[in-house]
Amino acid sequence: MTTVEKQLLAAPRNYRYILMVTVIVLILFGWSLSAVNVQGMNQGGMKIAGNILRGIFHPDLDLLLAVSKQSVLYLLVQTAAIAFLGTLVGAVLSVPLAFLAASNVVPKPVSWLTRLLLIFIRTIPALVYGLMFIRVTGPGPFAGVLTIGLTSIGMLAKLYVDAIEELDTRVLESMTSIGCTTFEKIRYGIIPQLMSVFLSVTIYRFDMNMREASILGLVGAGGIGAPLTFAMNGYKWNQVGSILIGLVVLILIIELMSNRIRAKLVRG
Amino acid sequence: MYDKIFPPKQVVLPSGKTVLEKRTRLPLILIILIAATLLSVNLTGFSLKVLFTRLSQFFVIIGQMIPPKWEYFPHLWDALLATLQMSLLGSIVGALLALPFAVLSSSNIVRNPVVTSVFKTILSLIRTVPTLVSAIIAKFIFGLGPTAGVAAILLFTLSYVGKLLYEQIENVDMGPYEAMESIGMTRVQAFRYAIFPQVLPGYLSTSLFCFEGNVRYAAILGYVGAGGIGLLINENIGWRDYSSVGMIILALVVTVYLIETVSEHFRKKLI
Repeated sequence: MTTVEKQLLAAPRNYRYILMVTVIVLILFGWSLSAVNVQGMNQGGMKIAGNILRGIFHPDLDLLLAVSKQSVLYLLVQTAAIAFLGTLVGAVLSVPLAFLAASNVVPKPVSWLTRLLLIFIRTIPALVYGLMFIRVTGPGPFAGVLTIGLTSIGMLAKLYVDAIEELDTRVLESMTSIGCTTFEKIRYGIIPQLMSVFLSVTIYRFDMNMREASILGLVGAGGIGAPLTFAMNGYKWNQVGSILIGLVVLILIIELMSNRIRAKLVRG
Repeated sequence: MYDKIFPPKQVVLPSGKTVLEKRTRLPLILIILIAATLLSVNLTGFSLKVLFTRLSQFFVIIGQMIPPKWEYFPHLWDALLATLQMSLLGSIVGALLALPFAVLSSSNIVRNPVVTSVFKTILSLIRTVPTLVSAIIAKFIFGLGPTAGVAAILLFTLSYVGKLLYEQIENVDMGPYEAMESIGMTRVQAFRYAIFPQVLPGYLSTSLFCFEGNVRYAAILGYVGAGGIGLLINENIGWRDYSSVGMIILALVVTVYLIETVSEHFRKKLI
């Protein structure tokens, strides 16, 4: 028997396990197939699909390039502003929550409770917050900012917690041993370790928030979502096309920038 | 550019050598950030006064959600199941479709740069369209109901899993692949035995992670008429029946938590 054959035989055999998982997945797949019915789809559907495509390739250039309060450009800047300010609000609120949820900073029950709160915040869909905040501030971009801020907390705090729990405490010990004060320990021992991760996560979330902010308009929370929905409901596909093109370009630019900044942050 | 306006500080080391210390960019970054913040505050009408005077309203709504209306649970059961079905179907089909897309986008498997860049562009274009927007478009094509939701989730999963997968394929160890090609296997065979086993755990893990997120997304798709529990949320908020909304949210949180736990268990096993 050659070494290769021995290795082959030594490989763990978990066919039964794999088979079981596959069967379960297949059963679930079959069960979920019942959700789909293609009866609603008919000739009209295909025609609309064609119209949408035609609209996207023949965008309403006036709307796309004009400079006014209704133009795509203004709305895109507003959407970016909502995402930016929302990320800022979320990041500021996440820092204390993250420290409260880190099990190496606070006692176990406190961190467990904060984590539970974070799971709740994370699971409630953004649109629900949007609808709730509209009752607070009235419709408009302000409600969007608050919504984005609150939804960002869920993810930001979770990722911040991971960074805090991975803190290298040896640095702090050595600083204590050479007689640093608490403030110095925080400034030179903790902040440098956390800053780059926090910033990188926050910038990533800003990137995600651009997408979130663009849909909040659906519930009347400002940004580009509302005109997009109006255009769709009015079957004005070339307006839809110009809005979508603007949105996609903006999101791609922001994604590119965020990737570059984050790569720089990680490399130090 | 920045270094020319603020020249780097010169430091003379004890050995007599001079080194340049670049000036910190912090002031510039701070100015940009503050300017962006002020501009955003202006554009969005952010006002702390409104926030402090009206924020209590938010907690009033939350207060009305507690306690949740337990009798409402039987009504939301079907919608909850439909949401799960939508995300499951969209995730499975999307993840399967992602496989050929990812292979065609990886520059180390397909040598033709035109093909790879076309597929990469398609993937990133799909990824930028927000899920809700694709759900609205799908609604016009497939009609109201869960099918539109499945289509939207499918597209999102395809782009997300596809992107992560092609990045993985491009980073695999090409040694075994070349060795297998050199002993006369076809490229498909070599891919199957040399590259597929390397990326499989990562692929399954991303797909599971994507499924977790999709359950959350599916929950809001109903808002635009794409089936599932979002429809109920929308209705109940419209009627200001907040205790039913509270029940829906509670059911959603429990479901998402269960799915996350199961999927985390399998993901840990994979890696």
